[in-house]
Amino acid sequence: MSGTLLIKNGHIIDPANSIDSVADLWISDGRVAGIGSYEGKPDQVIDATGKVVCPGLIDMHVHLREPGQEWKEDIESGSRAAVAGGVTSMCCMPNTGPHIDHAGIALQIVARARQVNLCNVHPIGAVTKNLDGKELTEMRELSRAGCVAFSDDGLPIWHAGVMRKALEYSASFGFLVIQHAEEQTLTKGGAVNEGWISTQLGVSGMPAVGEDSMIARDIMLTKLADARYHVAHISTAGAVELVRQARKQGLKVTTEAAPHHFALTEEEVLGYNVDAKMSPPLRTEADRLAVIEGLSDGTIEVIATDHAPHHDDDKRCGLSCAAFGIVGLETMLPVSLELVRSGALTMSDLIAKMTCNPARLLGLASGTLSTGAEADITIFDPDATWIVDREAMVSKGKNTPWHGKQMTGQVSHTVKAGRIVFAEGVVCG
Amino acid sequence: MKAIKHLFGIAGLSREQIEYLVNMGESFIEVNRRAIKKAPTLRGKTIINLFFENSTRTRTSFELAGKRLSADVINISASTSATTKGETLLDTGQTLAAMQPHVLVIRHSLAGTCEFLAEHLPNTALVNAGDGAHEHPTQILTDLLTLKQAWGSPEGKIITIVGDIAHSRVARSHLLAAQKLGYTMRVVAPKTLLPAQIERYGCKVYHDFDAALPGSDAVYMLRIQSERLTDSCAFPSIREYHEAYGLNAKRLRAAGPDCIVMHPGPMNRGMEIATDVADSVKSHILNQVEHGVAVRMAVLTALCGGMQEEKSTDSGLPLSDDKAQGSLI
Repeated sequence: MSGTLLIKNGHIIDPANSIDSVADLWISDGRVAGIGSYEGKPDQVIDATGKVVCPGLIDMHVHLREPGQEWKEDIESGSRAAVAGGVTSMCCMPNTGPHIDHAGIALQIVARARQVNLCNVHPIGAVTKNLDGKELTEMRELSRAGCVAFSDDGLPIWHAGVMRKALEYSASFGFLVIQHAEEQTLTKGGAVNEGWISTQLGVSGMPAVGEDSMIARDIMLTKLADARYHVAHISTAGAVELVRQARKQGLKVTTEAAPHHFALTEEEVLGYNVDAKMSPPLRTEADRLAVIEGLSDGTIEVIATDHAPHHDDDKRCGLSCAAFGIVGLETMLPVSLELVRSGALTMSDLIAKMTCNPARLLGLASGTLSTGAEADITIFDPDATWIVDREAMVSKGKNTPWHGKQMTGQVSHTVKAGRIVFAEGVVCG
Repeated sequence: MKAIKHLFGIAGLSREQIEYLVNMGESFIEVNRRAIKKAPTLRGKTIINLFFENSTRTRTSFELAGKRLSADVINISASTSATTKGETLLDTGQTLAAMQPHVLVIRHSLAGTCEFLAEHLPNTALVNAGDGAHEHPTQILTDLLTLKQAWGSPEGKIITIVGDIAHSRVARSHLLAAQKLGYTMRVVAPKTLLPAQIERYGCKVYHDFDAALPGSDAVYMLRIQSERLTDSCAFPSIREYHEAYGLNAKRLRAAGPDCIVMHPGPMNRGMEIATDVADSVKSHILNQVEHGVAVRMAVLTALCGGMQEEKSTDSGLPLSDDKAQGSLI
């Protein structure tokens, strides 16, 4: 927009610039123009008294389902869900149909997202053609087409030889490889975490060692290749410790945690709750606490949702048959704010994990309120309460484990490049 | 006692409900031995047996139980059902429920089938005839009736269950029943055939069958499925399995003179159980089959509300006035 938008008297938290104070923030021509005490005549004012004003959130792990499964989600519905959740940049995984394994699809996604014009969409390119774990994609070409990292997410790069080559090749050009760490010979047929819960339910389990063993292997390959390696949706105590030790050695190993893995445990699936089924599965309380500890001590630098919308038809078929995944964009912030309320993280550290940290990993310009930066801004009331209603979700996917649950913390406004795209419960545009 | 609306598993039953069903089942044994095996208890009731997995004894047992109580019984097996045309489990369930049966008896390979369908079929009583590796409650009620006939009560007894515990719904249901009724389960299997944290059921776990035998009051053998051999490397050969975990006469002697033998069927003779043991006087395997019909008559009766619990008789056979007469045919 042209003219000046003033966000008045909010608690501005911008970890990228170590700002944590009550002030005005004003925007001109779609860019952050200043932070301080505004004296002038703005064209538009948002009163942010009592609210937090921070860089627009970045979710580096979502499934937008377009192209190929638009009945589950598409770039427009996913973008609307994103801004409703305060997210202004997101990375979409390549397990679409066709896959994001060639530049044309990446370009198509970027173009469609620009047309929708609500949220930045950065594709993650496939590591291997067809996600079949055999031949590498043209990563340089995909990078030029807008891909910001590479992954076969949904599937692991299981073959150690291929993974070595993928890490070596991507390291040659500074690319980041994101691994869905799952040793499928150990998790085959599993629907939930392997343990007492899976035994009682009589369903096959996915053991923690299925995640840990692949991460251990990958860390050794990362060392060999001197590569950049990122563990997607880390969920076990063992995996957190492996990453912690790798980082102590100085390896370029990073990881992200999904809100459900630090907020919920495997107990959620009792009663065959299909909306608590995802991969990796919800784990034990000890694992949940280990993920929180990893977030606290900096081992886990990023919070990302693994937003995985599904149609009811893919879920309403019993626990073992139900598709893996839950939606997350609209509950990311309030669920994560629990980490601040419990004292595990400061507000600034929490926001860093959803703004400047992923931006740094992916080389994005967003995630900051620096003067001159594109004005992507999220304003939220950390104390406001609301009840999750699956039918009221903006995403096409209604598969949330939080239906009917109370959330504390609510996004009031989302600003994208200076334009208000979400205000008081309504997506604008 | 709380009325029983569905039978999903032993987990959802109280001790009182279990004993009520077993006692009622005991009273039906006699009906099954009559020359004319028919009582009008469930006249006018419709029961659909919906079997997505192969079954001979359980399906026949449910069918006889319904028919001997004068219910109209329909059997549907997966090979003839709409599911082969791609209809979902939910659609099949809803379609059958729309035809207003009183009871839907379901066997399916999916654990939690009844829990899943119950959310969408509010007006039909559901009976779990085996769901994946989750539960098989009527088998356990059958076994409990067999044990009642053999011992009076299973309380304080030791039952040693042997075989593929990991994939066994019978084992899980027994482990739950043991906690409720106060008997002890010893679980015997190689680690490859045990589910995670099985000991949390309060059972004792053995990998050495011979160590588990002394003191056992019953040895309960589970069918070993030979596909486990190729699918999951659970054991190297039938020969070695039989040597380590098969029940033979020598092992049975080690258990003590009063130890009985049970098996939910179907048996693999020469694999988990030797023929001389299966056919010995200590074998209660055919009693289990007989009691299966009686117990399923009790379950169907309880779910159809055909007998009122307030009017329970001492024999455990609760008869309402209008039914009491008929059942004496």
